[in-house]
Parts: sequence; C-alpha cells; structure tokens
Amino acid sequence: MTTPSSPPTKTDEAPPLQPVRLPWRWLVGSVGVLVAVVLVAMAVGPADLEPSAIAIQLLNYLPGVHLDGGLTELESAVLWELRAPRVVLAMLVGAMLAVAGAGYQGVFRNPLADPYLLGVAAGAGVGATLAIVSGTDHSLVPVAAFVGGVVGVAATYALGRGVGGRDTNTLILAGVAVAAFLTAVQTYVNQRNSDSLREVYGWILGRFLTAGWRDVVIVLPYIVLALIVLMAHRRLLDVLSVGQYEAGSLGVPAARVRVVVVLAATLGTAAAVAVSGLIGFVGIVVPHIVRMLAGSSYRIVLPLSAIIGAAFLVSADLVARTIVAPGELPVGVVTAFIGAPFFTLVLRTTRSR
Amino acid sequence: MKLSLTVAGLVLAPFLLIACGDDDPASSTAADTPSDSASYPVTVGSGKNAVEIESQPEKIVSLSPTATEMLFAIGAGDQVVAADQYSNYPKDAPTTDLDGFQPNVEAIINYEPDLVVASYDPSNLVGSLDKVGVPTMMLPAAVTLNDTYDQIEQLGAATGHVGDAAEVVSKMKTDIDSIVADVPDGPPVTYYHELDANLYSVKGSTFIGQLYEMAGMKSIADDAPDAAGDYPQLSPEYVVSSDPDLIFLADGGSNGGVTVDDVAGRPGWDQLTAVQKDHVIEVDPDIASRWGPRVVDYLQTLVDARAQLQSVG
Repeated sequence: MTTPSSPPTKTDEAPPLQPVRLPWRWLVGSVGVLVAVVLVAMAVGPADLEPSAIAIQLLNYLPGVHLDGGLTELESAVLWELRAPRVVLAMLVGAMLAVAGAGYQGVFRNPLADPYLLGVAAGAGVGATLAIVSGTDHSLVPVAAFVGGVVGVAATYALGRGVGGRDTNTLILAGVAVAAFLTAVQTYVNQRNSDSLREVYGWILGRFLTAGWRDVVIVLPYIVLALIVLMAHRRLLDVLSVGQYEAGSLGVPAARVRVVVVLAATLGTAAAVAVSGLIGFVGIVVPHIVRMLAGSSYRIVLPLSAIIGAAFLVSADLVARTIVAPGELPVGVVTAFIGAPFFTLVLRTTRSR
Repeated sequence: MKLSLTVAGLVLAPFLLIACGDDDPASSTAADTPSDSASYPVTVGSGKNAVEIESQPEKIVSLSPTATEMLFAIGAGDQVVAADQYSNYPKDAPTTDLDGFQPNVEAIINYEPDLVVASYDPSNLVGSLDKVGVPTMMLPAAVTLNDTYDQIEQLGAATGHVGDAAEVVSKMKTDIDSIVADVPDGPPVTYYHELDANLYSVKGSTFIGQLYEMAGMKSIADDAPDAAGDYPQLSPEYVVSSDPDLIFLADGGSNGGVTVDDVAGRPGWDQLTAVQKDHVIEVDPDIASRWGPRVVDYLQTLVDARAQLQSVG
C-alpha cells in the first residue's frame, strides 16, 4: 500500500529525534490550572479568612491604595507566614518529585521508576527517625533526612558498582537491597523507641506542617539547581530513550548523561523529602499522566510534569488541610487517594481512544 | 438505694480521710487489716478482661507505667519484681527493658511472675500467658476518672491491698474536689494541648480533656470533626487563628521535645496572645499521658495555670 519511498510516512515513524516543541495549548492550559489552584489554596484554609479581606489586603500592597476591611495582624500572619510558604513549598516539592520521577523513568527506561527508587526514601527515613528519637533540636530533622537520603543513594551506587557493571537493572536491584536493609534499621529503631512512634509516623506520611519561609529558603537552591540540570537534559533523555547503544552511535555519552540525571534527581528529591517527608505517588503518576495526555517526548514531559506536579501537590495539600479541618490529614495519604483513581481514569480514557 | 449509698460514701469519704491524715499509726493499722484478710481466689475485672487470681501475688510484672504507679501508690510496690522500660515512676520501681508495646512472653516468664499487669494486648499476650498458667490483668487506657478509680480498686483486690486502694481512691476524690473548688466561675478559657511537633492535640472528650474541662478550659481541637479522631492533628494556621488563652506542651520540653522557645520561634506564632503574654507551659509528658494517681497533680497544674491567667487579666 505505502511505497518505501513515501517521505511523509518516514518522518512520522521517527518522532523522538524530530524537533519536538511543547505545544502552546498545553503550556498555557497547565500554567492556567496551576495559577487557579494556587489562588484557591491561598484563599481557602482552616483559618476562616474572608477572601474579600485577602483581596483588599493584596490591593493595599499597591502603592497609593488604602482600603479598609483588610486582615488583622494575626490574620495577616496566618496568611503570609503559614499559608503562603506552605503553598510555595508544595509547588516546589511537587515540581521536583514529578520531574525527578520523569528523569528516573527516562534513565532507567522503566515506567515504574519513581524518585524513591534508589534508596533515597529509606535513607531519609532512617535519618529522620534517628534525629527524632535521639531528641535533638527539631530543626535538625530535615538535615538528618537529607544526609540519610544521600547516604542511601551512595550505598546503592557503591553496591551496584561492586557487584558488577553499570547495568541499570543491577542498580535498581541494589536499590531494593539497600532500601530493605535501611527499612529494617528504621523499624528496629522505632521498636526500641515506641514513645516517639507517632512523630516518626507523621513524618513518614509526609506533611507541610511546620513549613515556614525558612523551609522554602533551605530547599530552594537544591531544587532549582536540580530542576535546571534535569531540564537541560530533556533532549538527551529523548535520545537515550531509543536505547543505550543506539544513543552511543549517535554520539551521546549515555553513561555520563545517566549519572548526571540520577545525581540531579536524587539531590532534588533528598531536599524535597527533607522538608516534606515521604510523599508518594507524585513522581510516578504525574509524568505518566503527562505522557498519556500530551506525548512522550521528554521535551514535553519534563516541563509539563513540573507544572502539573506543582499544581497536583498544591491541591492535594489543600485537601489535606481542609477535609477534616481544623484537623489535618497527612498529604501522602491524599496524593495516593486522589492520584490512584485519577491515574486509572486517565489510563482508561487514553487506552480506549 | 444505690443512690443513697453513693451519697453516704461521698459524705463519709472526707471524714475517713481526715481520720487517716490526723493519726498516722492508726491509719496504717487500719489499712493493713483488710490486706491481711483479703480472700483468695479472687476474680477481678469484668467481661473478657475478667481474671481469677488464686493466691496473693508476690511476683508481679507490670507492663504498664500507669499500673506501676498505681501498684506503688496502694502499697503493693514490694510485690512488683519487674516493670516495663517506661515505668520510670516512682523512683524505686524495678524498671527493666521489658517492652509493653511489643511484649515478649518468654522475657516476661523469665521473671517467674504470678501476676502480669498490662494496658495493651497487641499479640495475644493474655492468651499466651494463660497457657503457662500466669494470670494477666488488662487495665486499658482510662476513658474517665471512674475508670482510674476502678483500676486502682481492682489492683487493690488482686494484690491484697483492698483498704489501701480504697484510701487512695477516696484521697484522690477529695483532693480533686478541693482543687476544682478553686476554679473560678465564668466562661471556660481556651487551650491548645500539643502532643508533639506535628501538632497532634486532644479533644475535650478524651481522658486528659476531661481534666482540662474540670479546670474550666475548652480545647480548640473540639471543632475538629469526628473523622479527625479524638487526638486530631491540627493545622498550624488553625491554631494561630484560634488564638488559645493557654498553650500546654506535652512533648518533653528540654528533654528533646518541643520547648516554649520552639513555639515562639515558629512562623506566625509570635502573634499569639499566649506566646506574647508568656502563657505557654511545658508539662510532664508522663503525667499528661498516664491515668494513674498523679492525675491529681496534673489537675493542680492546670488550675494553677488558669488562676495565673486570671490574675494577669
């Protein structure tokens, strides 16, 4: 039917190496969703701040505007020192986890890869648990989690290299072994200190509870750096997706790309985990949703994952702090609770097309 | 009939106590008499927690810090051979590394107990001990003060200290009555009781919440829906915007827990009236989480805090 010499068919068959651009409609649409979600998250919360008062307060920041009916000093503190940093932190962590997940999936060419694959989560868990049970200053918990996460990944790398080669499967298996070992350590420590179980548990399930601007400032450099590095590799990830040897024949140093991407994703994830605990599902669900909806080129997946990951985590946190208000749910529960059905829905609708 | 008995008990209790307090030697003889004449076998507890004790136990293992406090308060401390790792009160309690949350039956049996007291049965502890002929008393976390009284009396009956137990209970009741009498009238003041840095709190319906209620205080966590549980985790912005009159920190303070300075340093919390007026109080997490005889001390702490609030204005 089609002749081998038909040029249009040929170009259609090799999409990954074509110059792919992020479609404008997706960019505008996702940014629109993010802005809307952020505005709602700022206006709604367990502290009953009048949206009109918030609006007046915002207008008052404009030069020359002095309206009555703004927020009291206490309400203003609630808005700017508690709610605003929390929303910003959820955006950063959501974007980071989603992009790190997409990066891991690209490097390992494994759709089940997530940001916690190589022992970051287990390492951070041990670090945080040790800090909590040893009763040090609470502000050291994020630091301990970060160090633990980095140590976990370093152990995975050392083990993966030790048992042979740079095969990605070896690395994943090493990650499984390290995670199992560290989880056992954590369980043992918990068992010996059952009085701090609730606090450890609260940390593991993820939260933006004590988030202030300080937390934002702590993670901002790591996350921004990691995001920039990952974004810069989006074209190389596309090349890598055709296979390591094929990529090599195209002049792409596959091994180096892999190390850089994994390092950046891990560093960013460790920083995110340090301030927010273990928030599951974002890193695996968001990139897949983007792929199903907009296309599988990493030049689309990475930027869109960042925006949608941010919007997803801001809305999950909004649910976490309002659904049993003034109580809180751990945000990790909400991400899975919303994420799993939504993922299934997207899966069904795209597969039946 | 029942009512009149209760009334008679309430009327008589203070007099009995005064008699004991005035004359120490007399009271100790009076207390010893019932313990000598305690009858075995005795069945304590009810329903699925009912257990028969054949003779006066001499080697008790306590897996519950609260039960340990109760046993020592009723004078049965000499009969306790081992207490769990968290039984840190009173000082002469025989604390061991036994774990009440994850009890190891063999480790318990090593102490050759003739009675085990526990508050929590995670892995069929009672059944396993029963197989080797060791009776176990289950004294779960009290829901009301009456549960506390009941558990003290059960321990009294089980250990042969019926009179001492009755004395402890009636002293607790009169102490509590006199403490509560000092609570000023008027609308309740609001409080926020922080269990840990994740902002877990307590509702008024909990055991400790009832103590706060007796001290004329209302928990800001009471507005949380039932779905959030009796110990809800609160949003920081809710805590700040509800601006409680008093804040109690039950996380261990300078022993590695949340301190007054930590709270003042949290973003936005410096706006709180309680922080600005120095009405943030670190409480002993052990006393605050147990339902033993020291609830009287805790109530006193609360009433003092409330009185201080009143005098400052």
